[in-house]
Amino acid sequence: MMELFEMMLTAGLWASVIRIATPLIFATLGELICERAGVLNLGIEGIMTIGAMAGWIWVYQGGELWGGVVFVAIVGMLFGFLHSILVVYLGLSQHVSGIGITLLASSISYYAYTMLIPFSTTPPKIVPFIAFEVPVLSSIPIIGEAFFNQSALTYLAYILVIVTFYVLYKMPIGLTIRMAGENPVANEAQGINVLLIRTGAVMVGSALMAIGGAFLTMSAFDAFYFGMINGRGWICIALVIFASWRPGKAFLGAILFALFEALQIRAQLIGADVIPYQIFSMMPYFLSIVAMMLVARRAAYPKALLVPFRQGDRI
Amino acid sequence: MKKLQFSKICKNFGSVVANDNISLSLGEGEILSVLGENGAGKTTLMNILFGHYISDKGFIEVEGQRLTPGSTRASLDAGIGMVHQHFTLADNLTVLENIILGTEPLIRLWSQKKQAYKKLKTLSKRFGLLINPDAKVADLTVGEKQRVEIIKALYRDASILILDEPTAVLTPQETKQLFKVLKEMVNAGLSIMFISHKLHEILEISDRIVVLRDGKLVGEVATENASKESLAEMMVGRKVTRPSYEKLKIGKAVLELNNVCLNASERSTALSDINLKIHEKEIVGLAGVAGNGQAGLASILQGLASPSSGEFKLFGKNLVKYDPCYLTESGVARIPEDRTNEGIIGEMELWENFLGEELRSKAKSGFIIDKKQAVSNAEKLIQEYDIRCEGPFASTRLLSGGNIQKLILARSLSNNPRFIIANKPARGLDEGAISFVQQQIIDAKTQGAGVLLISEDLDEIFELSDRIAVIFEGKLQGPFDSNTVNINQVGLMMSGEVKAESLHEA
Repeated sequence: MMELFEMMLTAGLWASVIRIATPLIFATLGELICERAGVLNLGIEGIMTIGAMAGWIWVYQGGELWGGVVFVAIVGMLFGFLHSILVVYLGLSQHVSGIGITLLASSISYYAYTMLIPFSTTPPKIVPFIAFEVPVLSSIPIIGEAFFNQSALTYLAYILVIVTFYVLYKMPIGLTIRMAGENPVANEAQGINVLLIRTGAVMVGSALMAIGGAFLTMSAFDAFYFGMINGRGWICIALVIFASWRPGKAFLGAILFALFEALQIRAQLIGADVIPYQIFSMMPYFLSIVAMMLVARRAAYPKALLVPFRQGDRI
Repeated sequence: MKKLQFSKICKNFGSVVANDNISLSLGEGEILSVLGENGAGKTTLMNILFGHYISDKGFIEVEGQRLTPGSTRASLDAGIGMVHQHFTLADNLTVLENIILGTEPLIRLWSQKKQAYKKLKTLSKRFGLLINPDAKVADLTVGEKQRVEIIKALYRDASILILDEPTAVLTPQETKQLFKVLKEMVNAGLSIMFISHKLHEILEISDRIVVLRDGKLVGEVATENASKESLAEMMVGRKVTRPSYEKLKIGKAVLELNNVCLNASERSTALSDINLKIHEKEIVGLAGVAGNGQAGLASILQGLASPSSGEFKLFGKNLVKYDPCYLTESGVARIPEDRTNEGIIGEMELWENFLGEELRSKAKSGFIIDKKQAVSNAEKLIQEYDIRCEGPFASTRLLSGGNIQKLILARSLSNNPRFIIANKPARGLDEGAISFVQQQIIDAKTQGAGVLLISEDLDEIFELSDRIAVIFEGKLQGPFDSNTVNINQVGLMMSGEVKAESLHEA
């Protein structure tokens, strides 16, 4: 127990917490934007997978790292657009469409990867984003080393938390996005095209999810593996609820989950001979459920989440 | 020039004709009332004007300019503001956010809230519409929400204001206040269309009245030439007579509550020591301002909540099981307060909703639905209760409020219940439907049922009840014989002023 406590104070632990949290921050923000506009996007798991694959391919084929990020965002948007056509314009079930998108995007990723690299036993590697120290900030003890000696994508994630907050709460377009998730009829009554707003939000949100996935191949690791997203998308769905649909809390939630994860990896090493390691692997998910029960029970969810908006419907 | 001109508007929903060749106009600075029963096509017409629906035929002109159909934006830009019957506000957002939505370019770095505050303040002051811009809409009263809707239109400098059944949700005092605001707005140069089915209000507020019936324009009169009777006849198409109340010899007690208490909950204020006895062949009216425990009492009587203490006797026996299904099966009929949310399942078809209350008993050999029988039963009830719909397979949410209420009545009264709990059965209905609903309740009483009628409308209570009880802060006064109290006394008891002791208890 003491060992765990001491560990909490080391920069090494927190650095890995941030590394684990980064893809979650991207994808949670993405899901949050979709849901704020009233659309649940269960395509998240697949969109992260194809983001990871697309970013890796781009660089493997000789592309620039940042060019890869743009490419990944565009791929994410395409899948977001597909989801929008199904659920926003046609008003189909958001659950079914989302799961469909996840299956489709994952399968395309694996198919494309197998087609391009047919006979490899060890996955080929790329040169990923490297960490760089932010001047001044990185010299703060522990915190500086942990938070400000990371890859550029992590800094982008920090910035996006603030940008998302700013857009949602300070800009007129943010108000219309929130209103689309609260009461689309009110939006329409004020002369705003709800379908367009929802589509835009889902596309931008999906782009963030894809970048979240790409962080794994372009920064955390340097290769693409099958099943590498490994349920991270589903965790982000839970994190959005945990965060009560607020960007700042989403950031904290991602950090908290990552802390559980980092601790359990270390705890496995310490306690492996006493307790089976599967118990430790379970802990982050178990603790997430407990945290949700404590925090999210009174969450004010967007009232029109999952409710399709049909123009000219009887109201 | 006319401010607004509808020309030959037609609109069908499936085989239902909602608007049939309607032409009418609105003059500058005029208050025009559009009168009609539920389902007469008033709301449809206004939704066409506001771009929610596209008319099948016909067109609309604003100050001589053709209005682009099907575009809310175009209607707003033409200076049309609409106060919807069902408010178009987001509960989780603030008043100011609801108002400024869509009034600025979307891509702007900073919402210009300061100017918005200022404009809001000027408007509030000018028209006497006081509101806290930072309040969350969810925390507002219904009257305040409506104020926000009106300010929303004024904020966009609307010159034509449409109010769809604005008084349906207001208290008499709030209505008076609203009318003052409307007069103020007309003085400021606005033109107003006022949609309602409340005759005395229309006579009070409007300059001119048009009447719709079954989707057609059936009459137009200047207000000074109109009377309540002539309007009612035009609206319904025949003479309307409110059912008359007749005292019968009462039978055995169907319901007896002894010292029933209920703890306060989200749904209801606490009830303390409720004593109430209702007999066969009598209607007991329960008067009270909403939120004084009616909801709690109603849920106990429907088996949705069990009292924290006290005795509940139904048909002479102690009730042991608080289970709505058990109560319905033993002869309790309920007309729920919120008919669209508690009374029906909108997405289901009519015949399915008819089964709603008694699935267990109407199912064949316990677990298979006898669809053929259920549908023919639905057809029979649709005919008997004159429910206007496309047939038993129509989607229930497409029915008007009055027809939904008829469905609920048909479902619960066709089983010859012995006790009926009617919670605001006539709320929001038009004249024709009200007299139908009230007649049904009186008929049920004549056939031997005991009725508890919960209502905020004292006229209704006095028209129907044999005895009257008043609820205030979860405590009951009475019931008193309806001949021994008058409206004033009951009104005072509703605000908790008169104690029961000073009156002769029946």
